[in-house]
Amino acid sequence: MPELRKERLDRGVKVRAESIYAISSMKEIMFLIGPGLVLVILLLILPVSLPSFWQRIMALTGVYVLLSIGFGFLASYVGLVSLGGALFVGMGGYISGLLNSVGVPMFLSIPVATIAGALICTLVLLPVLPLRGVYFAIVSFVYPLFAARLIAALGIFGGTDGIAGLDVMPNVYVLLYVMVAVVIVVMFGMSRLVNYEDLGLVLRGVKDNEQAIKASGLNLTWYKAQAVFIAAAMGCFGGAYLTHLYGWVGMSLFATDFSILPLAATVVGGTGTIYGPVIGAMLLVPISEALRPFGTLRIVFYAVILVFFVVFFSEGILDYLKRKYEQFEHWVRV
Amino acid sequence: MTNDDIILRVDNLEKAFGGVKAVDKVSFDLKKGGVLGVIGPNGSGKTTLINLITGFIAKDGGKVFFKDKDISKWQPHKIADFGLARTFQVMRPYATLAAYKNIIPPLYSPRAKRTAKGKLGDRSAVAVDILEEVGFERDARVPYKQAGTLPLGYLKRLELCRCLALDPELIICDEVFSGLSMSEIASMVPLMERLHSAGITLVMVEHRLRELFQITDRAIVLSFGEKIADGSSQEIFENERVKQAYFGGEDSYVTSE
Amino acid sequence: MELLIYGIVNSMSLILMTIGFALAYGVSRIPNFSHGALYILTGYMAYVFFAMLGLPYFLAILLALLFIGLVGAALYQFILIHLRGMPISEIIASFGVGLAILEFLRWAGLRGMAITIPPFIRGTTTVFGVILDYQRIIIILGGIGILFFLYFFTSYTKTGLAFKAIAQNERAALALGIDSDRAAVLAVSMGAVLAGLGGVFLLPLGNITVEMGYEVLIFALAVSIVGGIGSWKGVVYASFLIGFAQILTVRYIASHWHFVVALLLIIIVLIVKPSGLYGKQKELEERV
Repeated sequence: MPELRKERLDRGVKVRAESIYAISSMKEIMFLIGPGLVLVILLLILPVSLPSFWQRIMALTGVYVLLSIGFGFLASYVGLVSLGGALFVGMGGYISGLLNSVGVPMFLSIPVATIAGALICTLVLLPVLPLRGVYFAIVSFVYPLFAARLIAALGIFGGTDGIAGLDVMPNVYVLLYVMVAVVIVVMFGMSRLVNYEDLGLVLRGVKDNEQAIKASGLNLTWYKAQAVFIAAAMGCFGGAYLTHLYGWVGMSLFATDFSILPLAATVVGGTGTIYGPVIGAMLLVPISEALRPFGTLRIVFYAVILVFFVVFFSEGILDYLKRKYEQFEHWVRV
Repeated sequence: MTNDDIILRVDNLEKAFGGVKAVDKVSFDLKKGGVLGVIGPNGSGKTTLINLITGFIAKDGGKVFFKDKDISKWQPHKIADFGLARTFQVMRPYATLAAYKNIIPPLYSPRAKRTAKGKLGDRSAVAVDILEEVGFERDARVPYKQAGTLPLGYLKRLELCRCLALDPELIICDEVFSGLSMSEIASMVPLMERLHSAGITLVMVEHRLRELFQITDRAIVLSFGEKIADGSSQEIFENERVKQAYFGGEDSYVTSE
Repeated sequence: MELLIYGIVNSMSLILMTIGFALAYGVSRIPNFSHGALYILTGYMAYVFFAMLGLPYFLAILLALLFIGLVGAALYQFILIHLRGMPISEIIASFGVGLAILEFLRWAGLRGMAITIPPFIRGTTTVFGVILDYQRIIIILGGIGILFFLYFFTSYTKTGLAFKAIAQNERAALALGIDSDRAAVLAVSMGAVLAGLGGVFLLPLGNITVEMGYEVLIFALAVSIVGGIGSWKGVVYASFLIGFAQILTVRYIASHWHFVVALLLIIIVLIVKPSGLYGKQKELEERV
């Protein structure tokens, strides 16, 4: 029995596209921008081609995509495992809802909620930013639970009933294309930030090499706070968007789902990139919604998927696809 | 107390790790533009002393004055921002990125933005310039190689570059010569001399005494956290306590090194 | 007097809920986030054995505890063993397992008010003028019993000493020939049994609900963080602190505040003293 070993080789087009030949022919250009282009086209045609039931799910998926990008960004590039997605959503949702209920129009309340919400979230998380790993995860997970219980206990902001009768988006196409536009901008913007901008480089240092960052005269907490602000702004936008999707704001915006699913999406899609969480969220949310008829069994289902991915397939879908796209494999005798 | 000439004054620094005195009431001062060697056997508290001065670990007692300001309670980044840079003995560069990218974070810092280096515009270009200054051959594309693939000598210089990007007034070097080959050291010594003549005050923690005393003639000696000698090479080699604590009474070790 | 006694009962309940989590983390650094699910699962299995299969009460409880011990061992042997040294992955995996267990139970019919297991002994008595049912007295005694048992276990038995060695210095323990994987299986399994034991003691007081599973996890985290993870003393003191704080808020503010108190304490302790009340320097470095 000869021993076999899997050998992986880069495809010729990948090697060429990496060097100066990158823009020499259409083929290389398509190889480089193809995957992104497919994603963008898909996002653009989906709103008009989906049946109405799935259009709503697409809107919800968009919110989760934003949350997942934020989670992946904080976890892979800044070293903060933040399970505070629900805090961001709730904060954005409530601010937008409260503003709207006193007469501020929707197109103003959403941006205000995005910025102000992110600012507040960053401020309340500021004291715990020095915490590491598990401890930051736990404390950020506790914040939204705390906020929800506080609202229930104090009976403020409509208490357990929430505030109803808020503005909703004029029609489903505005609703969806707003989300598509935001997702596209955020996705490529974040990818650029972490890969090409100097700030991204500094943040990577915050994750991998704290000491060198401190010795370079950079304030660690200040950069962590900036990163949290970016992630929180995405989540707050998502929350504000949900508020005007339902025309209602309530405690369910602090639901644990918003904290846990981004983590699941990142695990399934693949850590270490911006696009991994996007793919993960775009798969998980529709699957989970499609399984809704099975009641809570759907949670069991995605918990099992999650455990499977963590234990046996930790590279994630994106890295797997990337490998297949850029390399070919064959078995060789050793 | 305010003396224009003195840039760094350390006053009775103390630190204990669970009952063991790592640094025990160490005091010294250093003139602007001077070079101070810090020597001592392994485990004598040299690196702890650096960490205390630069604020990386909390002090049990004592004070540090830099440019006549009490910086004892400051955070590390603020101290670096004030012009006191340091290198690390164990370097952890961005292994998968090009070497020059390692210099971008310090160029991004508030201090670099205030000084000339950050104002020159394109940070990548400035980073490569700084690397070239300390001997990264630009022709051989060394600045563009992955930092993880560089030999130790380059990594040590990369650490220095990280400090230089800040335009510091004082650099504390934690064993820049250790682990290098003789030829690498031979090119490192002139570099340190050049930094010195450029007006940067240096504190050099070293094991390699011969090279150290080429650059400076003043050193302090630590043993079990205590300062046991302070003076010129001559004074140190003749000091009885140094012979006993450091050389085990046998001074031939120094000359044969 | 009433406050004092109910405070003690509540604190002991917290100790019972937490001790398993603290054991698994203290020995093997495994944050077992399926803790709450194991707690509920034991109660449910006891209910199945007792009420549905008609087994004798104590046999049903014994079988349920045995079952949960095996679940704990399997959890480590088949899942967590792949993830050693990656705390975040350990948390995700164990939380996923817990989520799957709890939501499966909910789907399988764990809803509503009807499901509970009876107390060991029915009836009430009067202690210092306060009416107290026997189960609550058993909780106090049981909690003390378990603490003593664990104290003797870690101080005098070979396995217990091995646990201690691994908790202090895993590498040195390995060099001495202690199998850290075997110890970890045992620790997770024992943690599961302790979670189950807590369930068996506490669940007769109310109904078995899925939500309780999540709450137990939060309480376990609260106690561990406030006390300083891995410190026995910390677990006891933190349980009493949180236990009495809750009883006082229920008495003087309103009952739905008692969960808020636990959450608030987590946040405050992590901000003010990240190592927890009884944490050590080493732990502080891990956290900050």
